[in-house]
Amino acid sequence: MDVFLQQVVSGLATGGIYASLALSLVMIYQATDVVNFAQGEMAMFSTYLAWSMLNRGAPYWVAFVLTVTIAFVGGLAIERLIIRPVEQAPVLAIVIVTLGLLVIFNSVAGWLYSYIIQPFPSPFPRAPIRIGRVVFGPHDLGVIGVTLVMLVLLWLFFRFTSLGLALRAAAQNPAGSRLVGIRVGWMLALGWGLAALIGAVAGMMVAPIIFLEPNMMSGILIYAFASATLGGFTSPGGAVLGGFLVGVIENLAGTYVRFIGTDLKLTLALLVIIVVLLVKPSGLFGQAVVRRV
Amino acid sequence: MAALLEARQVEARYGWTKVLHGVTFAVAEGGITTVLGANGAGKTTALRAVCGMVETSGEICFDGRRIDGRATEDIARLGIAHAPEGRGTFVGLTVEENLWLGAYARRDRTRLADDFERVYHYFPMLRERRRQRAGTLSGGEQQMLAVARALMLRPRLLLLDEPSLGLAPLVVREIFRIVRAINRDERVSVLLVEQNASLALDLADQAYLLETGRVAIAGPAADLRRDDAIRRSYLGY
Repeated sequence: MDVFLQQVVSGLATGGIYASLALSLVMIYQATDVVNFAQGEMAMFSTYLAWSMLNRGAPYWVAFVLTVTIAFVGGLAIERLIIRPVEQAPVLAIVIVTLGLLVIFNSVAGWLYSYIIQPFPSPFPRAPIRIGRVVFGPHDLGVIGVTLVMLVLLWLFFRFTSLGLALRAAAQNPAGSRLVGIRVGWMLALGWGLAALIGAVAGMMVAPIIFLEPNMMSGILIYAFASATLGGFTSPGGAVLGGFLVGVIENLAGTYVRFIGTDLKLTLALLVIIVVLLVKPSGLFGQAVVRRV
Repeated sequence: MAALLEARQVEARYGWTKVLHGVTFAVAEGGITTVLGANGAGKTTALRAVCGMVETSGEICFDGRRIDGRATEDIARLGIAHAPEGRGTFVGLTVEENLWLGAYARRDRTRLADDFERVYHYFPMLRERRRQRAGTLSGGEQQMLAVARALMLRPRLLLLDEPSLGLAPLVVREIFRIVRAINRDERVSVLLVEQNASLALDLADQAYLLETGRVAIAGPAADLRRDDAIRRSYLGY
């Protein structure tokens, strides 16, 4: 039972990271109908920025806030400068552009910071936290806390601010949004900025667990895809829940199903994608898109 | 009466296809102008031209200022509210959120509560349904929501694209009654595109009849209504 609880909590911690990245994928997908394959590498690059700030002696939370800000502005700039010129192009062209971004971020990170695996500090205390007989990792609890705070803030932003409402409107109905005076282009850019910001937080939270290297996010991105597919690519809330589910399932299966262990965990994510696509392609909470032809 | 909106020799095209071939029309300050015509005559395109939603040449002036070539969102910010064909509501958002978005472009967002009250006064059923998603409303209610949302801008000019489309006659009459009240009580000028010529001519003071992208007949609505020859050959009633 104790092992079970510990595994659930650490599953929720990694799940929170998948949830964050899945949410950033879904946000961009809803606004532009495009899956941003570079989402993980953008997060990785942001984490390296934080790392180099920490190496220069910046306090953790200063580096955190600076990184998140730079990621936001960077995401905004990528949309304006790189995505916007191909906005009207077929979806496939935009997908290829995001794949190009993936390769660029990956190689530039390798060139600047080398491919050597680096440790990344956790901002949370080291001493394990004991509740009853169960021992929890403080980083796991911290990640869950940070993720939940971020998700609640995002929910409040989208639900209760006029800018959040305008973002939702622009994603749903761009032509109608222009008619009420919303600057749709800037809303898309803002969506990219927010997605990059969420990714940066996810990167900094996961780096202490999986260590820092240019390919660190490739596995995480697949889990995020599994989460978004499970929850539904058209449902932000579903993607978040999918993230936590995938995290917990992955951890429990790795612990209790002997042949899976740590080697086949990623295969499990792919299995989730395939099963969901076969059984309920729109995901648990997604809506099937009906197009008149 | 001075013209609030003036379009002179407007041409519009979608890609290679020219839809308007030099159309001239005007809406007087405080007036109601209707644009009539068959399917494909270019009525909707005329509205889209005003809103900068289609590539145009020619001259469009609002309140004496050129607006052709400006971005749709900037034109909305000048006080031109467009309730588009097919209603253009945000179906995934609640009624209240839709109305909120209608006021998005306004500089003064004070007294928003008054505006909600005003809109609910014209459309009482929207108040009952304010927490409902717009997509769950009936066709008539969605059309009312589209008009209500346009009103939230406190517009100087209201563009209505076939508000009668697909609605029961009783509902259509109700919507037209409200448009007349809005025009009379709030001095909102209206540019109305309609296929239902008899209703539109009753409401409007000025009318234009479009035929394949050209103005075939223009004049006071009362004259068009009285002219039997026009009525039979163009308006079909």
